[in-house]
Amino acid sequence: MPAGSEYLLIPGLPLLAFLLVAAFGLRPQDERAAPVPIIAALCGSLYLSLRALAHVAAAGPQEFSFPWLYVGTVQLDIGVLVDNLSALMMAVVSLVSLLVQIYSIGYMKGEIGYGRYFAYMSLFSGSMLALVISDNIVQTYIFWELVGICSYLLIGFWYRRPSAAAAAKKAFVVTRFGDLGFLTAVLLLSSFGLGIFGFTDLAHAAEQGALSKGLITAVCLLLFCGAMGKSAQFPLHIWLPDAMEGPTPVSALIHAATMVAAGVYLVARTYFLFALAPAALLVVAIIGCLTLFLAATMAVAENDIKRVMAYSTISQLGYMMMALGVGGYTAGVFHLTTHAFFKALLFLTAGSVIHALHTNDMWRMGGLGKRMPITSITCLVGALALAGLPPLAGFWSKDEILSAAWYSQLPGHWVFFALALATVFLTAFYMFRLWFLTFTGGERSEEARHAHESPWVMAAPLVILAALAAVAGGMKVSVPGSGEGFGELIRFGDEHEAVSRLAMALSIGAALAGIALAWAAYRANLVSPAAFNARLPRLYRLLKNAWYLNRAWELFAIRVVIAGSVLFAWFDRHVVDGMVNGVAWLCGAGSQQLRRLQTGQVQLYALVIALGIIAALIAVLGGAAHGLTFIGGGR
Amino acid sequence: MNWVTAVPLQAYLTLSAALFAIGLLGVLVRRNAIAVLLGVELMLNAANINFVAFWRYGSSANMEGQVFAVIVMTLAAAEAAIALAIILNVYRRFKTVNVDQINLMKG
Repeated sequence: MPAGSEYLLIPGLPLLAFLLVAAFGLRPQDERAAPVPIIAALCGSLYLSLRALAHVAAAGPQEFSFPWLYVGTVQLDIGVLVDNLSALMMAVVSLVSLLVQIYSIGYMKGEIGYGRYFAYMSLFSGSMLALVISDNIVQTYIFWELVGICSYLLIGFWYRRPSAAAAAKKAFVVTRFGDLGFLTAVLLLSSFGLGIFGFTDLAHAAEQGALSKGLITAVCLLLFCGAMGKSAQFPLHIWLPDAMEGPTPVSALIHAATMVAAGVYLVARTYFLFALAPAALLVVAIIGCLTLFLAATMAVAENDIKRVMAYSTISQLGYMMMALGVGGYTAGVFHLTTHAFFKALLFLTAGSVIHALHTNDMWRMGGLGKRMPITSITCLVGALALAGLPPLAGFWSKDEILSAAWYSQLPGHWVFFALALATVFLTAFYMFRLWFLTFTGGERSEEARHAHESPWVMAAPLVILAALAAVAGGMKVSVPGSGEGFGELIRFGDEHEAVSRLAMALSIGAALAGIALAWAAYRANLVSPAAFNARLPRLYRLLKNAWYLNRAWELFAIRVVIAGSVLFAWFDRHVVDGMVNGVAWLCGAGSQQLRRLQTGQVQLYALVIALGIIAALIAVLGGAAHGLTFIGGGR
Repeated sequence: MNWVTAVPLQAYLTLSAALFAIGLLGVLVRRNAIAVLLGVELMLNAANINFVAFWRYGSSANMEGQVFAVIVMTLAAAEAAIALAIILNVYRRFKTVNVDQINLMKG
């Protein structure tokens, strides 16, 4: 077995499962077996990635690559880079994938396209793992697009529903906006950047100053464009709430735990470049901070249980981005890891509720705690973890982010800290609003009165994820498989590790206040949300409509894009087509003139021939004096 | 030096050129297809005179000039036969042998 092939198997197994299911598992009579290969493959991937994590934690990064293509002087490689970051990420991806697939067996039971669903899901898992393990930026881009297409296919899984088809298209087009930046970054690197793409080589080149400052900044900003699209950062976040049209396990896996984190992963992967471009880092921090705050305010006024979680995901991704931006590399990646567990958990509990009630509207739920105890308790664990209460996972990672903002060297880091802290309050509020509305109080609909707990195949992953969400904070001390603490395992340079006690206390206080307010408003009815909305109708409408950003994009699309298109259409019709048609017209008109020469008069032709011969004779003999003397003089 | 060589080469060439010019003029200006054919024959014979004259005044003792003249005569006979056949068919089709009026190939 060649070196590194063990690592290739990590993405390879799910991709093989995809081929297997796509080839044999799509017919209705074969569909029942479709989950088997993918679950087996993901078990293998999980085992191999944990082994890889233990190996690289002890032996350092492993890289294997072989040349793939030569384009001019540029050489493209295919390879794997397994270091602490990618090994950890692979473990998270394969673990969450595995649990979500098991859950899907129950959730998708009886759906049309059951086999197709598992084929797409295994393609996604394989592509995501391959994205993580890529050792160069071109390969990353390839799999980046593959996970994008999987996201498109799965959002539009119920493609007969027009809203699902539209949401899939929207997700595809909006992320494509960002991907354009990513592609441009790759092209910039190939034309101005020595033609090296490998992350290790790039890190070397950047360290030795072989890349100019301007190039690094430009590449970083463009890469961040791609990350903004994928990780749903403001203002490209608008696709993620709509992506909730897909099946809920899809949202849990792709739109909460893994694919949307790919943008954060990309920034973390190329952090050696960002570290040399302070301007780009500042942009990352500002965008992240705006996103985390705006998305949290949008979640507050949302009534669709899945969309609340979608906004929450956007907000948490904003936390991760901001952490990377303010220099908290460890904090950002730590939050990515813990968030993957508790957000996947929350989505799966939402799926469990939707599975039982067949509605997404929280106002048609209520009192489900009695009927669905497992879902209710696991959701509570997830909500507490998201709100950031100790000792659950979210507390430790969010606390590190707040500390990173607190101690950051960036100008205006107090603003970042203040907004992040305010968002802790908002997060706790919207999450417990969701929990109280869904699981406590009286039933507000007929469906809620007849709800049943989900089957064990769905409940078991919930329990496992809840346990993970509860204890994942322990990774701060020791990451399973490596025996090292998270901070030693995932670090960039010598990072400021201090944790501010004051920040910690403030964050716990804000979270408790948020929970208390949610309790007062939606459980104890001490304050009336309706009265609040009536008092501030404008604010309510603003939040309800998600700051009108969708409207703004529509206007942008209609005004700017359509106007631009009209301009380009004119250019195309008159200049581009004009040139083509002009050539044709010129030929036609010229021929009209030339055809007059063709008189049909034989004698005219003969005359032309004779004159031609005479002209040719004069031309040949004109200068040749001896020829003339021969004709004229005889011998 | 006999009586034949007393006539200089230029005389033959002048006669030949004149015949050729007359033939060409006939081809170009006469309307009657048969007259055009006659012009062509004149031009062929002008060439024949050249062949024979150059043979006679040339250094070579070979028979090429004469042989060529005979070949041209043969060709002229064949050409006349074919051309007359064509003219006959043209007459049947157009009821005229006036080449001005036969302009089906006008573009």
